[in-house]
Amino acid sequence: MSIIYMLLAISVIVALIFFAAFIFSVKKGQYDDTYTPSIRMLFEDEIVKEHTTPTQPKTTKNNHS
Amino acid sequence: MENCFHCGDECRNTVISHHGKSFCCHGCKTVFDILNDNNLSYYYDLERAPGMSPIEQEGKFEFLKNEEIVTKLLEFNEQGTQVVSLLIPSIHCSSCIWVLENLNKLNSAIKTAQVNFPKKTVRITFSSKSLTLQNLAILLSRIGYEPYISLDDITENKSHIDRSLIYKLGVAGFAFGNIMFLSFPEYFEVNEFWLEKFKHIFRWLIFAFAVPVAVYSGRDYFISAYKGLRSKILNIDVPIAIGISVLFIRSTIEIVMNWGTGFFDSMVGLVFFLLLGKFFQQKTYAFLSFERDYKSYFPIAVTRLTRNKDKSTLETSKTEEQVQVYKLVKGDRILIRNSELLPVDSILIKGTALIDYSFVTGEAEPVTKKSGDQLFAGGHQQAGSIEVEVLKPIEQSYLTQLWSNEIFSKNKQSVFESLTDNISKRFTISLLSIAIIATTIWLFIDIPIALNVFTAVLIVACPCAIALAAPFTLGNLLRIFGRYKLYIKDSSIIEQLTHIDTVVFDKTGTLTTNTKNTITYEGISLNKEEQSLLTSTLRASNHPLSRSLYDILDKNNIQTLDDFKEDIGQGITGVINNRSIKVGAYGFVDSKQEKTNKQTHKRTAVHISTNNKYKGCYVFYNEYRNGVKTVFDQLKTSKKIVILSGDNDGEKEHLSKLLPKNTTLLFNQKPEDKLNYIKQQQKKGRNVLMIGDGLNDAGALAQSNVGISISENINVFSPACDGILDASKFQDIPKFLSLSQKGTQIIKYAFIFSLFYNLIGLAFALTGNLAPVIAAILMPLSSISIVVFTTIATYLSGKQLHKPTYK
Repeated sequence: MSIIYMLLAISVIVALIFFAAFIFSVKKGQYDDTYTPSIRMLFEDEIVKEHTTPTQPKTTKNNHS
Repeated sequence: MENCFHCGDECRNTVISHHGKSFCCHGCKTVFDILNDNNLSYYYDLERAPGMSPIEQEGKFEFLKNEEIVTKLLEFNEQGTQVVSLLIPSIHCSSCIWVLENLNKLNSAIKTAQVNFPKKTVRITFSSKSLTLQNLAILLSRIGYEPYISLDDITENKSHIDRSLIYKLGVAGFAFGNIMFLSFPEYFEVNEFWLEKFKHIFRWLIFAFAVPVAVYSGRDYFISAYKGLRSKILNIDVPIAIGISVLFIRSTIEIVMNWGTGFFDSMVGLVFFLLLGKFFQQKTYAFLSFERDYKSYFPIAVTRLTRNKDKSTLETSKTEEQVQVYKLVKGDRILIRNSELLPVDSILIKGTALIDYSFVTGEAEPVTKKSGDQLFAGGHQQAGSIEVEVLKPIEQSYLTQLWSNEIFSKNKQSVFESLTDNISKRFTISLLSIAIIATTIWLFIDIPIALNVFTAVLIVACPCAIALAAPFTLGNLLRIFGRYKLYIKDSSIIEQLTHIDTVVFDKTGTLTTNTKNTITYEGISLNKEEQSLLTSTLRASNHPLSRSLYDILDKNNIQTLDDFKEDIGQGITGVINNRSIKVGAYGFVDSKQEKTNKQTHKRTAVHISTNNKYKGCYVFYNEYRNGVKTVFDQLKTSKKIVILSGDNDGEKEHLSKLLPKNTTLLFNQKPEDKLNYIKQQQKKGRNVLMIGDGLNDAGALAQSNVGISISENINVFSPACDGILDASKFQDIPKFLSLSQKGTQIIKYAFIFSLFYNLIGLAFALTGNLAPVIAAILMPLSSISIVVFTTIATYLSGKQLHKPTYK
C-alpha cells in the first residue's frame, strides 16, 4: 500500500502544475479581456471562406492570434 | 425614408446613391469607398449598418506633430516600431473589432492591431518609418473611428491592474478542492486499518494546503478586523477573523496532538466562499471611468503663435507650433480653431468668439465675446478661429481650481456604516457572550469539554452567510442596474441610495436635452415671401441659433441672396429684390424701440423684422427630457426636490409648471455654490443624491452622498461620480431608488435566514457534539442557500424595471 505515497505525490504535483498555469495566465493578463477573443474567434472562419474566392489570392491569413 | 447603408441613420436631407446603396452623407460614402477598395466590405456583412459618419476636423491631430507628446503616448518605441493604445469611443459592435483588427489592409505600415472591446481601446503596432502617429489618428478618423486623446493620457501614470483578489481566490479554491479530497476518507471511516496508517500524512498534507489560505487568502479579513477594532468599530470582519483564527489554531492543535482531523476543510471553504462573494461584488465597467476630472476633458496641446519680428522690414510673421497645455504661460498667444476647447483663462485678441459654456457653467446659450473680453477655460469655440492671450496657466484657471477643493481628495466611503456592519456589531457581542457563558457552564460540568465548546461556538457561528448576503444581493443589483444603463461604481453606493431623502438636479443637460430645442413663434405671422427670405438668410449664417432655427423651417423656395451681412453678436441682414430682413437680437432688429420687456432679455429669442418693420420673434425653449414630470411626481412623495442651475432664471416660469409645489429652485449657481448648498443640506442631516452632468456639477457630485451623472453618450466625458446614468433612462430614477430599497430588505431577510443556520450550529456546539463533518456540511450549505435566496430574490425584484413607466 505504500504506492499511496507516490499517488499522493503525483496528484499534488499535477494539481500544483495546473495551479501554476492558472497564476501564470492571470499574470499575463489573459483574463483581462474575456469578451473580445470570443468574437475574434468567429471572424477567423469567415476569413478562411474569403480565401476560397479566387479573385483575391493575396488576402492570406492576416489576423494575428 | 431610407436609411444609410453605412451608419444606419435616416437619410434626411439628401440621399446619395452609390453602388446601388444609399448614404446619408458624403462622409459615410467615403468610408464605404475606402473599405470597399481595400477588400474590407466584409465589415458590412457582420452587422447591419455598423458605421459612424466621420467628423472631419481640420487640424485636430496637429498636436501629434509634437515629439514630446507622441513619446508620452507611445507604449513602446524602438527600432522603427511603435506601439500605441488608443481609446476609440465609437467601438460598439463586432464589425468594429473586425475592421480595426484588419487595419493592415488599409495601410501596410500597420503590423498588428488588437481591440479590447470592453475597454474600447485598440493597441496598434506600426512601423514608424512609414507612418506617423498623427497619420494613424487621421486614418482612424477617416473611417469613423476617431481616437480620443486628452490631457489625461499624458499626465496619468498608468495604474496597474490589481489582480490580487483573483490570486487569493485561486489559492483558496485550489486548497479547498484538495483539502476536501484529502479529508473525505475520515468523514465516513474511522478506525479502519489502512486509514489509521495513512491518516497522518493526509492530515499534514491538509495542514500544508491550509496554511497559505489562512496566511495569504484570508489576510484581508485580519487587516480589516484590526483596522475596525482600532477605530472602535465591530465590523463584520471581526467575527470572521475570530472564526478563521480559532478554526486554524484549534485544527492545528488537534493535528499536532493527534486528537483528530480538525476543521481545515471548513476553514478553507469559508475563506473561499467569502472571497467568491467579494469577487462577485466587484462588477467593473472597463469602458467607464468614475474618477475623471477636467484632465480627460481638456486637450493635450494647443497651437501657440509666436511672432517673429523681422527688424529690417518691420513686418511680423507668425509661426504656429503645437505646445502642451501645461507649458502655456501668461502672455502666450494661442489659436483656437472652430469647435476646439479653450484650455486656459484668457483674453480674446482677434476674431469673434461664440463660446458654448453649457458643460462648464450650465448656461444653455452660447455667449458672444468681442475682442478684449475675458474668456474662461472649458468653453467650446463655435464660430471660426480666434486668437487669445493666456491670462493664467492651466492649474490656476477658474475651472480647474474647483478641483483643489478638499472634497476631491476625501474618501467618502469611510463615513458610511453599512447594514452589515450594523448587524455585525450586535452579532459579535452576542456571539462572544454566548461563547463565554457556555464555557463557564461547562467548566463546572466537564473541564476538557469546556474549551472544546468555546472554540466550537466561535467556529460554527462564524458569520459566513451574513457576510455573503450583502455582496451577493448588491452585486446582483449592480448587474441589474447595469443592464438598465445605470452604471454604479461599487456596490456600497446601492446601499447609500436607500438613505436618500433629498434629490438635487442640475438643469442644463440634466433635465434638458443637449440636442434639441423647442422653438415657438410669437408675433405677426410671416407671409410666404418673408418666410422664404428668412430661410434663405438663415442658410447663410453659421450661428448655432440660426442653424437650429433653419433646421425646423420649411426649406422651400430657397433663393440666392443679393446681399448678406453678419454683425457678430448682433444678427444677420439679408436682401433679395430690395426686400430686406433682419434677424437677430432685439436691439439690432428694431433700433427705434427701446427695450421694454425685461422678459425678452432673459429668454433665448431670435427677433425678426422685414423692411425695418418689427414682426416678431422665435423663442427657444430648452427641451426637457421625457418623463421629467413623472419623475418629479414620483419623487415628491418621499423626497425633497431641489433644482440648482448655473443658468439664468429665464426658464423659471416654464420650469415651475413641471415641478411640484414647494420645490427649491436656485439659479445663477456657480460650481462652488452648488457644492456649498449640498454641504449645508448635509449639515442639516440630509442625505443628498445629486444628479448632474457637466464639469460645473463636479464639486456637487463629489460632495453629495451619491452623485450620479447623466450622459447622452456614456462613452464621452462625464465628471467624477458614483454612477453614470444613460440619459434615455432618466425616467427610471424613481425605480432605481425603490429597487435599491428592496435590496436592503432582501439583505435583512437573508440575515434572518442565516441566523437560523447559526442556531442549528450552536445547538451542536453547545452540547459539545460538533464533529468536523457537521461543520463541513453546515457551512457550505448555509452559504449556498443564502446565495441562491439572494439571487432569486433580486432577480424577481429586478423585473419591475422591465415595465416602462413612460411612453
